[in-house]
Amino acid sequence: MTELPETTQRKLGLVIDLDTCVGCHACVVACKGWNTENYGVPLSDVDAYGADPVGSFLNRVHSYEIAPTGGGCSQTVHFPKSCLHCDTAPCVTVCPTGASYKRSEDGIVLVDESACIGCGLCAWACPYGARELDQVAGVMKKCTLCVDRIYNENLEEVDRVPACVRTCPAGARHFGDLGDPDSDVSKLVAERGGFDLMPEQGTAPTNKYLPPRPKDRLTAQAADSSSLTPIAEEPKGFLGWLDMALEAL
Amino acid sequence: MASPNPTLDTSPKVSDEVRKTTCYMCACRCGINVHMKDGTDGKKRVAYIEGNRDHPVNKGVLCAKGSAGIMQVNAPSKLKAPLLRTGPRGSGQFKEISWDEALEIATSWLGPLRDNAPEKLAFFTGRDQSQSFTSFWAQNFGTPNYAAHGGFCSVNMATAGIYTMGGAFWEFGQPDWDRTKVFVIFGVAEDHDSNPIKMGIGKLKGNGGKVIGVNPIRSGYNAVADEWVGITPGTDGLLILSMIHLLMKAGKIDLNYLSRYTNAPCLVNETPGSPEKGLLLRDGTGKPLVVDRKTGVLEPFDKAGVNPDLAGSVDMDGATHRTVFQHMAEHFLSEDYAPEKVAEKCGIKAERIWALAAEVARVAFDEAFELDQSWTDFRGEHHEKMLGRPVSFHAMRGISAHSNGFQTCRALHVLQILLGTVEVPGGYRFKPPYPKPVEAHPTPHCKSQPKHPLDGPHLGFVRGPQDLALKEDGTPARIDKAFTWENPLSAHGLMHMVISNAHAGDPYKIDTLFLYMANMSWNSSMNTSSVMEMLTDKDENGDYVIPKIIYSDAYSSEMVAFADLILPDTTYLERHDCISLLDRPICEADAAADAIRWPVIEPDRDVRGFQSVLVDLGVRLGLPGFVNNKGEAIYADYADYIVNHQRRPGIGPLAGFRGDGSKSGRGEVNPDQLNRYIENGGFFVEHVPEEAAFYKPWNTAYQDWAVGLGFYDKPQPYLFQLYVEPLRRMQLAAEGHCDRQPPDHLRQRIIDCMDPLPIWYPALEDREIDEEAYPVHALTQRPMAMYHSWGSQNAWLRQIHGINPLYVPTKIWEEKGFKDGDWAKVTSVHGEIRVPVAHMAGLNENTVWTWNAIGKRRGAWALEIGAPEATKGFLLNHLINELLPPKGDGLRWSNSDPITGQAAWFDLRVRIEKSRPRKHSKPTTSSQVSPVGEGPSTVQQKVEA
Amino acid sequence: MHPAPSVIIFTVLSGLGLGMLAFLGIGVLDVQGVAAFMPFAIAFTFTITGLIASTFHLDNPQRAWRAFSQWKTSWLSREAWLSAATLSVMGIFAINNIFRGITISVLGWLGAGLAMATVVSTAMIYTQLKTVPRWNHWITPIHMLTLSLAGGAILMQHTSAALVLLTCAGLAQLAHWRIGDRQFAARGHSMETATGLGDRGSVRMFEPPHTGSNYLLKEMVYVVGRRHALKLRCIAFVTIVLLPFLIVVALPGGTLTTCFAITIFGLGTFTSRWLFFAEAEHVVALYYGKRDG
Repeated sequence: MTELPETTQRKLGLVIDLDTCVGCHACVVACKGWNTENYGVPLSDVDAYGADPVGSFLNRVHSYEIAPTGGGCSQTVHFPKSCLHCDTAPCVTVCPTGASYKRSEDGIVLVDESACIGCGLCAWACPYGARELDQVAGVMKKCTLCVDRIYNENLEEVDRVPACVRTCPAGARHFGDLGDPDSDVSKLVAERGGFDLMPEQGTAPTNKYLPPRPKDRLTAQAADSSSLTPIAEEPKGFLGWLDMALEAL
Repeated sequence: MASPNPTLDTSPKVSDEVRKTTCYMCACRCGINVHMKDGTDGKKRVAYIEGNRDHPVNKGVLCAKGSAGIMQVNAPSKLKAPLLRTGPRGSGQFKEISWDEALEIATSWLGPLRDNAPEKLAFFTGRDQSQSFTSFWAQNFGTPNYAAHGGFCSVNMATAGIYTMGGAFWEFGQPDWDRTKVFVIFGVAEDHDSNPIKMGIGKLKGNGGKVIGVNPIRSGYNAVADEWVGITPGTDGLLILSMIHLLMKAGKIDLNYLSRYTNAPCLVNETPGSPEKGLLLRDGTGKPLVVDRKTGVLEPFDKAGVNPDLAGSVDMDGATHRTVFQHMAEHFLSEDYAPEKVAEKCGIKAERIWALAAEVARVAFDEAFELDQSWTDFRGEHHEKMLGRPVSFHAMRGISAHSNGFQTCRALHVLQILLGTVEVPGGYRFKPPYPKPVEAHPTPHCKSQPKHPLDGPHLGFVRGPQDLALKEDGTPARIDKAFTWENPLSAHGLMHMVISNAHAGDPYKIDTLFLYMANMSWNSSMNTSSVMEMLTDKDENGDYVIPKIIYSDAYSSEMVAFADLILPDTTYLERHDCISLLDRPICEADAAADAIRWPVIEPDRDVRGFQSVLVDLGVRLGLPGFVNNKGEAIYADYADYIVNHQRRPGIGPLAGFRGDGSKSGRGEVNPDQLNRYIENGGFFVEHVPEEAAFYKPWNTAYQDWAVGLGFYDKPQPYLFQLYVEPLRRMQLAAEGHCDRQPPDHLRQRIIDCMDPLPIWYPALEDREIDEEAYPVHALTQRPMAMYHSWGSQNAWLRQIHGINPLYVPTKIWEEKGFKDGDWAKVTSVHGEIRVPVAHMAGLNENTVWTWNAIGKRRGAWALEIGAPEATKGFLLNHLINELLPPKGDGLRWSNSDPITGQAAWFDLRVRIEKSRPRKHSKPTTSSQVSPVGEGPSTVQQKVEA
Repeated sequence: MHPAPSVIIFTVLSGLGLGMLAFLGIGVLDVQGVAAFMPFAIAFTFTITGLIASTFHLDNPQRAWRAFSQWKTSWLSREAWLSAATLSVMGIFAINNIFRGITISVLGWLGAGLAMATVVSTAMIYTQLKTVPRWNHWITPIHMLTLSLAGGAILMQHTSAALVLLTCAGLAQLAHWRIGDRQFAARGHSMETATGLGDRGSVRMFEPPHTGSNYLLKEMVYVVGRRHALKLRCIAFVTIVLLPFLIVVALPGGTLTTCFAITIFGLGTFTSRWLFFAEAEHVVALYYGKRDG
């Protein structure tokens, strides 16, 4: 049902650390692998070996460059993006059939594919490009937060996390309840200044992004450091220092 | 209120069975869980691949390539049956033949060679993970011409590391990720050891540590680096020497460490003109001597209680000897290495170099700490604590693939050692079976005679001119000219020279080129267009100049089209493999480990694992080691070999579950060994005892543990070689002091380049060309989501990287007036290409680069002819030659490191100009017929039950 | 946004048909019996053809019936109800008119209201999208409504209404362009807000996530050249307003003139609607660096 729940018992989502993501696309492909095999129809690849391959992916990694405000060298940021499971998900309310819905128990936004007519309006309503209409099945595909993993009793408890989180080599992806201020993910967001994407859209995303730490500041710090004061100006003086230093060992 | 959600099964069955094996989507060798489901036909099919949480390498994580393994196994480009060429070479026209026919043809080609001239077979394997086996085969065949792909990969890194400290990076070691606070990473192309490095960086950052990236390109690891040093390619050595200069000048070096664990206190003969000049003072048994600081007496370096004096000197028999350390002081304190002097060449401001050195010094010394762990060193001294210095380094091909790469890698290792951060807590740690001194490695062997095995292993570490692979007449014994005066320390061979030399008949002609998993007609060669010509060139009789080519690959690669006989390999999930401690194992700093692959699915076509085919060929050819004295096969196939082969008594390809299954390292053959591996998740781990975890080269507990596991047969503690004597021995020969003499045209180069202390010199190519005409450096990197050519056939990965633009830095972008969608003409001294460009700001201002091996030949990899890889994708290889520009002396000068023969890919210099937009990148190569057709138009991957 | 033919045909034709139905509903054309057949037939043909075209935009039209379920939240669902209601009410109205010669004006006025509500609900499908700032403004329904009514007036051969409504439609069209051109910037969307990295500095695209294309790029990142767009705007304005105005004023009334006028007007509306989509920038383009600063 496309009415949004007034509140959800939990707000499950992802916290993505832009300081640590190396842009390896592991999450992209692990997601593709799990989700083509599991929830709903397979994630098709049209023209798979041809001139214009177009596949359905639920998670993609963009790469940006930042020219720092105060000058200095360019910074590169790898930027994974999937459904943010918004509190006020505009993709849900526009759906004419009730296929799109937000779960009241955990806030996950899902598509009931058996009710999807493939009109594409939910994808239009999403500011983040998180929904892709499968070009073969004609139903809307999106991140399910691996709803078929996180509660799956056939998996060991440690594996009950989304496929992207489980596979991320750098540990740049964190999964948890962002509605609980005491959860690890909430603490991480508080500690590191986690932020929303495109807040002006008013979507109230559940997923948060952790900003890259300040970079390229070593020159300024080193200027105050005395750790490289020469011990002697002459090589001969160096040997004198050496003798003294060896005696002190 | 919203109405209730649709019902949803949140606990679906994940799979019917999980089979655990080892990934082969790159050379990382992670453990994988292959989830199997029963298909409609009842056959088990691969449904999903994830990382194995218990595995020592990846601990559950898996990269994009590994996760896409299912599309590799389902790739339409898989070869289906043995093929015999019917059209001209390069055309891709073949007929399918039976395995019996194929093996008979191979035997009929190889048998006469073995009987008459074994060196006429050149057997080179590419991304082979069974080198201890393939080399065993080649050795028993008797040809001296065997190597794998190390020569064009990272031999500088491996060799410099082994000569300096008994191990290098990647499979040799890893930072102490739990404790390191500053991690400095040089020139890493984001592929080797990729998952462990990503995991390590994540851990380090979680601990509040800092990453410093030295790389012309700010992508991948350099994107997450807290500090990025956008160095000019080929100048890393100069930067490192400048850091060493600053550290020595400030006394920020670990004198205690240097005096105890390195050859810094060893004594260098200084007698001018002496054949001993520059060699170390040794006792009668060959042990280096040091001056004991307490007594002033000369003692063997390893004598109990000795306290080696870094400042010592001694006169003996009229010869003055001073310590290596004093030579280092003179060498490194030279103002030539002052930051101000090197800044411009490196493209880094002097204060930044200063800051870098200050930061590593601060962390190494001000943040030093102690672990409460006692240990005993090789001199018998007991230490209550382990001192830690939390600075670690890592480097890879970026600094390695230059003609000054060996010395640059050496410089980096010397830097780590000066800081006292190798094999200490928080620093860089070796993975068993490393550390291992040069002395524990074989020397190269090249003596071949008909019907006999070679006189020993092909590859090894030369100690001096006596070990070079030269014939009686002084000409090269090997087709690739490895271990010759051109590149004496070429421990991995020179695969990039094989086709060129074979075509030129220099040093001699060969009959059969036998290649495995090496895309030599495409991305694995320098000078791709010319290599295709060499492979198809005919002599005056109309015969191919390289008469016969046998190739084994699992896929319809570019190289397939250029071979005469194809022996189709399996995919990685259809085969047996062992990732052996005899070879390139998968150990961690805290554990020895090895692993297997096993057929988790059966091939659905007429293909065989290459190693099993070699076993079969070995039997047909009657090779020792493959047949007993009755001529009967010793091994049925590769799996049989893995279990039953013994290199030394009790030591086999796999270290785990030996004997009755309870023995590790050493033990009798266990017929049930493979099953035990499978039960254990496809791998075996033996942990290093805690008191043996650090200071491994000098730690008696480690040495004893290593002997117990069979890495070597008696403890062999050794000193780190800040000063490398084998290099000096080569110099001495060039100075006229040895029976074996280099040719005159190489003397000065040997003297200049083979300094026993690390030096820096400009790339060889830079000396031959007009730098102003070619002002821009051009590099390639392998993307994290692709591996060599394999990604192109992978329906998922090729969507991520299907086109490779040439990335251009802001300065050039603006100078040339480039806009999005523009194309450029890129010219090197060897050729030109026309390619699409894109802007990158985080890039050294004199460097352009592109992703490696995205470009494909039309018709290869079962791609449609119009695939972007074949239209817009391109290779930089066309601009790189395996030879330096001719000097007019009629000699063929290899474009390689003059010490190791490492292919100098990254010395490339180009000029870039705007060109009109094109539909196809240039050069366009003719297309090849696909022996496997084209892939399906639509893929919907799901195992339907 | 990708200017999909199915959606353009749907909105243009149903707009014309519904505009005409509205006029028929309020009894502008006071005819009964056989004479009423043709006008109703034309209006219904336009409307129904448009609605059928809309289903071509659905990948699984066999489930289209489900679109009636979410009227509480979804404008698309409301549009489904309203169009069905319009067709039903006006159908009964038309049957009475044609076959029984009775004009039930309450029913007619109700149908006219429903027809206009349908046009508004269609417009609201676009207007509601914050993700497409050009559409996300009250001028969008006015623009669509005036075009629908102007088309209806031309079809009804009601000269004075046509002239007034053409003027309104022209003004609304100009307003829609003028307001629309400023909307994206006015909303403050940028690559910096999209990525949240604005406090670090200015952000540019380095590499797209995939070198291959995807649904999002094909559907929502349609780039139309500025000069090309300006040319099309001129054509649209001339054919929507100026030419139909001149034709209606200058040529003698009659079927031929109406056909001529509606053809020109229709072409103009198609052009306008093509631009309506092609010029509409979705904020997702920011993530792909496909929008200039």
